[in-house]
Amino acid sequence: MSQIHVSTTINGDPVEYLCEPDDTLLDVLRDRLSLTGTKEGCGSGDCGACSVTIDGRLVCACLALGAEADGRKIDTIEGMAEGEKLHPLQEKFLEHAALQCGVCTPGFLVAAKSLLEKNPSPTETEIRYWLAGNLCRCTGYDKIIRAVMDTAKEMKGKRKGKKS
Amino acid sequence: MAKIILWGGLKGFTDGETEFESEAKTVRELLKELEKSYPAMKSRLDVGVSFAIDGAIYRDNWFAEIKPESTVHVLPLLAGG
Amino acid sequence: MSSNDRFESREFKVVGTRPLRPDGLDKVTGKAQFGADVTAPGMLHGAILRSPHAHAIIKKIDTKQAEKLEGVHAVVTRTDFAKDVDNTDVLDNCMAGEKALYDGHAVAAVAATSPSVARKAMKLIKVTYKVLPAVTDVDMAMGADAPILHDGMQTEGLEKKSRKPTNIAQRHEFGHGDVDAGFKQADLIVERSFTTEATHQGYIEPHACLANLGRDGRGELWCCTQGHYYVRELCADLLGLDESQLRVTASEIGGGFGGKTTVFIEPVALALARKSGRPVKIVMSRNEVFRASGPTSSSSIDVKIGVKNDGTITAAFADLRYQGGAYPGSPVEFGAMSAFACYNLENVKTIGWDVVANRPKQAAYRAPGAPMAAFAIESVVDEIAGKLRMDPIDLRLKNAAAAGTKASFGPVYSDIGLIRTLEAAKNHPHYSAPLGPNQGRGIACGFWFNFGGQTSVSLTVNADGTVGVAVGTPDIGGSRASISQMVAEELGIEYSQVRALIADTATLGFNDVTDGSRVTFATGLAAIEAARNAAKIMCERAAKTWGIPSDAVVWEDGHAKPVSSNAGDFEPLSLKDIAASAANTGGPIAGHYEINADGAGVSFSTHIADVEMDPETGRAEIKRYTVFQDAGKAIHPSYVEGQFQGGAVQGIGWALNEEYIYNKDGQLQNAGFLDYRIPVASDLPMIDAVILEVPNPGHPYGVRGVGETSIVPPLATVANAISAAAGVRMTSIPMSPPKVLEALDSVLIAEAAE
Repeated sequence: MSQIHVSTTINGDPVEYLCEPDDTLLDVLRDRLSLTGTKEGCGSGDCGACSVTIDGRLVCACLALGAEADGRKIDTIEGMAEGEKLHPLQEKFLEHAALQCGVCTPGFLVAAKSLLEKNPSPTETEIRYWLAGNLCRCTGYDKIIRAVMDTAKEMKGKRKGKKS
Repeated sequence: MAKIILWGGLKGFTDGETEFESEAKTVRELLKELEKSYPAMKSRLDVGVSFAIDGAIYRDNWFAEIKPESTVHVLPLLAGG
Repeated sequence: MSSNDRFESREFKVVGTRPLRPDGLDKVTGKAQFGADVTAPGMLHGAILRSPHAHAIIKKIDTKQAEKLEGVHAVVTRTDFAKDVDNTDVLDNCMAGEKALYDGHAVAAVAATSPSVARKAMKLIKVTYKVLPAVTDVDMAMGADAPILHDGMQTEGLEKKSRKPTNIAQRHEFGHGDVDAGFKQADLIVERSFTTEATHQGYIEPHACLANLGRDGRGELWCCTQGHYYVRELCADLLGLDESQLRVTASEIGGGFGGKTTVFIEPVALALARKSGRPVKIVMSRNEVFRASGPTSSSSIDVKIGVKNDGTITAAFADLRYQGGAYPGSPVEFGAMSAFACYNLENVKTIGWDVVANRPKQAAYRAPGAPMAAFAIESVVDEIAGKLRMDPIDLRLKNAAAAGTKASFGPVYSDIGLIRTLEAAKNHPHYSAPLGPNQGRGIACGFWFNFGGQTSVSLTVNADGTVGVAVGTPDIGGSRASISQMVAEELGIEYSQVRALIADTATLGFNDVTDGSRVTFATGLAAIEAARNAAKIMCERAAKTWGIPSDAVVWEDGHAKPVSSNAGDFEPLSLKDIAASAANTGGPIAGHYEINADGAGVSFSTHIADVEMDPETGRAEIKRYTVFQDAGKAIHPSYVEGQFQGGAVQGIGWALNEEYIYNKDGQLQNAGFLDYRIPVASDLPMIDAVILEVPNPGHPYGVRGVGETSIVPPLATVANAISAAAGVRMTSIPMSPPKVLEALDSVLIAEAAE
């Protein structure tokens, strides 16, 4: 089986790699590119630990092929902070103690960011349904939901502040 | 004499006895007494047991003190998740 | 326990606040390294071949074709492990010997240059099985005609020994008083039988490890585990190594809940590494996690409780049967010990049966054995409250265990918080809030022992006035934060000046596994004592500097001070001052402490749930949920709340959805998160957590473990709520929609017949 050459953009950086036709995007990120912040919890799209975005669309990296990344823009947890400046969601997850073991956290952060980009003022119910594809076994979700709600509130406040 | 109470899981080694009196002053002395009185119990004791001496639970401490008026419960080894 | 480990009331500065966790930044940026996140030069990928049969004799394993495949560097079977081991069941569970005892049981393993070559190689291994009948149900496994898993097994704990083949490994018995006499005094007796299905801890991170082991017997192991010292002990035994030659490092751990307290793949990776001479990484798939790690027991329980008309319990009895998978060791004794632990009873008896069946060897799951027992007992107590027309909290308060109560498992309680949790629940707005149509409210109590155990802590005072704390208990829920807080409190310095880290097995003395809700209690206690030892040295250095006796100096508010003006008039020296001159005053300053901690302090919890039932579909939805639990002292309240919330939700999943489903041949039918459904965010409301603090006399700050108790009440709490909403007693868990519909139909049929 010959390998496929892929040119893509990951977290804003141009990246090229060779992959097997049956390598998932998750295999490529973790094993070929050492971007291990994206986690594998199930390999079947049920747990959301491998949430990334492809051209801004939230997907499970275990359900996409490495070859599909060609010519696309991939964003992962490693690209969420800008240098040492954390994304507000990252700050709020820390502040609200919204993680215990932390293995689901990258997936939740990527998924929540994608939600807030689409819907800057989600209700609690909207957050709960958007994040229903991300499993967390430690927290009972309470503090995660609160962290996302608080982030939305704060980002909204900042936008208002900018306008005035 | 301290009152010693074995949990029912040890009945098979003692012909059904679960209560007796002992002059043991420490857990270690009590363990030795149990081994002497019920040689077959040694293998079970080696797996590990816990002791509740007047309410306080000790797991492996040989030197936990047993007073003449103490009540000692011999319990399965406590663990958790 | 030394006398200075005892609780002393005090004002806290750092303890009880909510600082950011020290590992937080790495975890929100994806930098934290979990089990599967590391690689090594020259690394091979290991894969494990597993039995498709639930019960079979392994007649022959032919590995020749697999070994010949290009890219394969080692194939191992049972013959590649030590022959004479102490942990025979653990070895047999990691790699089958004569028989495969469950669907998913490991029979061989390969190491190859890539995962796909390893998978191809596994297909070339030819295993000849003689398939035997299998049994997975606990009551069937106890039956006279059940297939027998282990020839020669005898039931331990029987008064009269039996030679008959059996799957019953052990009989336990606990209690006091005379239950027969107690039932004669009762005005009302309720008897019920209950079942619960096996569930999985469901940690999101599958087991993963990276092993290196040379022919000289020296090795390194990186793995996600709750206890790397225990991993070392087991692996050294199973591979015939010296413990000193195997260094185990605990990675960040992506959830454990008891399921990562033993080994599954680690000895296999080491065997492959030894045979191939290369580092070997094994990562379980989710399918393997379900089939071949350590889920909890399924159970079948009979309960009988007798009461006076005023609600006083006169006698209580339970017979508990737990299957613990293919080897002895289900947590039925903890079920039998904890079953009636919430009650002050004159006559109580519990019998526990430890049963083997063709399922994976169970591992601990958060308060192992207790949730099933609490489900059965708390359901009957709820039914009694209904029959007596008593408030269910009042009925519990009437019989509640308190300081001085002789617990049903033997000991006499000291200060405990059960009544506080019941009173807090009764006075909480949740308890009196109105319910909507098709809604029901349930309450239940829960108990867990907690545990202390062997602990080493080493603390270093750095020249710049900061402090490092090395502990040996993997951090599964924020313990690096709580340990750092306690050290900062004790030394009188800022939280940010302390850094706690998890040391490997070669660099710190032995530590028991992170289990039994023990870390903030026992590691915390050892860290406080290590800090006190360091403070003592700093006082000695100050005394030397001032030229006064060392007992004339005390440590207060982060400074060494003369004990009184009589001792001399000296400007207090801060930790930073003393640290800076350490080289001049005697060399490095460190503190350490080693203990086998007793006095963990038992823990109680009361939960309230409101559930709404959909009469069309049978789906039960949690509308409101509140946890009341005694934490002794909450060091970091956010992570205490997190433990309450997380345990409650795991219990809700157990109550409503989660179950191992086997076909008649003993093959697991739902080995994935799609078909084994754990709660998701949209299934749940916020989980309110109310922290109560009844100090534990056995900890300097009063800490009780909080990790496990929270999973004990939810099964019964949710069942009582659904029973109230449905008008029929729910006795089988999970209460999945088909079962709830069946229960609703039974009410309709009964009503129609009237």
